[in-house]
Amino acid sequence: MQIPRLNAELTEQILVRFLREEAGKFGFSRAVLGLSGGIDSAVSAALAARAYGPENVLALLMPYRTSHPSSRAHAELLAAQLGIRTELCDLSAAADPLFAAVPEKERLRRGNILARLRMVVLYDRSAREGALVIGTSNKSELLLGYSTQFGDAACAINPLGDLYKTQIFELAAHLKIPKSILEKAPSADLWEGQTDEGEMGFTYAELDRLLFAHVERRYSEERLGTLGFEPRFVAEVLRRMRRNHYKRRPPIVAKLGNRTINVDFRYVRDWGR
Amino acid sequence: MGAPQGSLSVRVRLAQIAPILGDLEANLSLHLEAIERARAEGIELLVFPELSLTGYFLRDLTEDLALRVDDAKLAPLRDAARGISVVCGLVEEGSGHRFYNSALFLEEGALLHCHRKVYLPTYGLFEEARYFAAGRSWRPVRSRLGRFGISICEDSWHFTSGFLYFLDDCDALICPSAAPGRGVSEEGAEVSSARAWSHLLIAQSMFFQTYALYCNRVGFEDGVLFSGGSRVLTPFGRPAAQAEGLDPANVDAELDFDALRRARVFSPLRRSERPLLFARELERRLDDDADPAAER
Repeated sequence: MQIPRLNAELTEQILVRFLREEAGKFGFSRAVLGLSGGIDSAVSAALAARAYGPENVLALLMPYRTSHPSSRAHAELLAAQLGIRTELCDLSAAADPLFAAVPEKERLRRGNILARLRMVVLYDRSAREGALVIGTSNKSELLLGYSTQFGDAACAINPLGDLYKTQIFELAAHLKIPKSILEKAPSADLWEGQTDEGEMGFTYAELDRLLFAHVERRYSEERLGTLGFEPRFVAEVLRRMRRNHYKRRPPIVAKLGNRTINVDFRYVRDWGR
Repeated sequence: MGAPQGSLSVRVRLAQIAPILGDLEANLSLHLEAIERARAEGIELLVFPELSLTGYFLRDLTEDLALRVDDAKLAPLRDAARGISVVCGLVEEGSGHRFYNSALFLEEGALLHCHRKVYLPTYGLFEEARYFAAGRSWRPVRSRLGRFGISICEDSWHFTSGFLYFLDDCDALICPSAAPGRGVSEEGAEVSSARAWSHLLIAQSMFFQTYALYCNRVGFEDGVLFSGGSRVLTPFGRPAAQAEGLDPANVDAELDFDALRRARVFSPLRRSERPLLFARELERRLDDDADPAAER
C-alpha cells in the first residue's frame, strides 16, 4: 500500500485559509514560529507568510552552541526567500546553567531542555508581537510521540498536524522550499550528528507507509503483516504510538463532579467564534 | 405539478454562509441581511445551510441555543419571510425537552414546515445522536412556489429520503448541509468528500427527476473545514449553478417547471414506479430487520 499523492495545490489553499481564519477568529493576524532550518518549520513558515503576509511573520532562530551552523544558514536562507522577519536568540547563556545539573551523556534530557527553552522564547515573543505561535509538528512525529511535550509540540494552531512527513516533503516541493533544506536528512539537531531516522531506527518512508495503513486505512496489527510489514517493526511503532499517547492529550483531571472539564463539560475551542 | 398555475419558474438562492459558532444573535443578523438583499434582488426562495443560526460543533451548547419554533427570538425571521420563502437551520426544542437538528420553511410571515433531521451521524468526527433526538417523518412542503422535500445533510445519504419525496411528486429536493471537507489526495480543485457529494446529488436529481438544491456552509470550526460547493442540479442531473471555492457565496438559479415537465415526459419514472410492490417487498424484509438473528 502506498500513500496516495498529495494534491499539494489544494492542501496549500486549505492550510493558508485555516491559518488566516482560525487566527482571525481570535483577533490575530500575525504569527511567530521557530525556524530550525529543517523542512517542517520551513513549510509552516511558508504557509504563514502566504496567510498573513511576510511582514507579519516573525521567525525565531534559536541555536545552542552545539547546533550545526548549517541549521542557522538554512533558516536564514528560507527567511530571506520568504521575506519574513527573523530574530536571533542564542540559547547558550540560558541553557548552560540548566545543563550544569545534567550529565552530558543524558542527551534526551538536554534535548528536552532546549526544546522547552525555545517554547519559552516563542511564547514571550508571541505576547510582545500580539502574534500567535504557529505549530510545526507533523502527523508522523505526533503519532509516534517523537517530540517534546510542552516543547516543540507547543503551539496555538498547527497547520501540519494532519500531514505525514513524506507528505510534508511533497508540500515543501510545491511551496518551492530551497533544495538544501529539502534534500538534507531530517534532524532535531539537539546534539551533534543526530538524525531522526538514525535515532528512530527506521526511515520516514517505511514509518509513514505503516502509519497510513494502520491509522488511515484501519489495518489491524495482524493484517499489517499481509502488507509485507515486518512484525517486529509493526509492534515497535504501535507500542510507541500507545506509550506516547499522553503527549497528544491534555492532562488527566480527577473527576469529582458531574461536569468535569473535557469529560462532560464539552465545548470546542472555537466556542462563540 | 406542485407549482401554482401561471408560475413557470422560481428564482432560488443558496446562501453559502459561515455561521458564528454559538452566537445566535450575530447569525440572526446575518440571516436578516441576506433575506433583505435577496428580496431586493427578486429571489423567491432563499436556502441557508444546516444549523445556520447556531453553527455545527455545538456539543454542550446545544441546550443553550435551543429554541421552540414559536420562540419570540424567531419573530424577526418569520416577519422577514414575506414575499420570499426561507429555509434555515436551528436547534429546535420539542416536547419533553428533546432537541432536534431542524430546518424551518418560513413563508408569508409564518412557519409552514419544520423538518427534523432523521439520520443523525454519530461516527468518526460526528456526534449528533449524543445531543439530538431523531426526526421521524418525511413530509413534503406544500409551498406557494411548489412542492419541496427537505433532507438535512446525512439524510440525503439515505436513498429512502429522496425516494419518499419522489413518491410525493416533489419539484425540488432541498438539502441544507454542514459537510466537512476531507481528503486531499485526488487531483482537481475539490476535496474528496466534496466530490462524493457531487456524485450523490447528480444521482439524486436523476433518480428522482427533481431539482436538487444543496446548500453547504463554509468556514472552519476547530480546524474542521466546511467545504461549500453549494449547487443546484437540474432534473437531468446537470449543474445549473454552483459555488466555486471556499468563501461565502450566493448561488442563484432559476427552477424551470417546464424543464421538470420535459424530464418527466422524456422518462416517466414516477408513473411507472410501483409503491405497492415496493411496500410488499419491504414488508417481507421488515421481519428480518426486527430479528437480528435472521441476519446473514
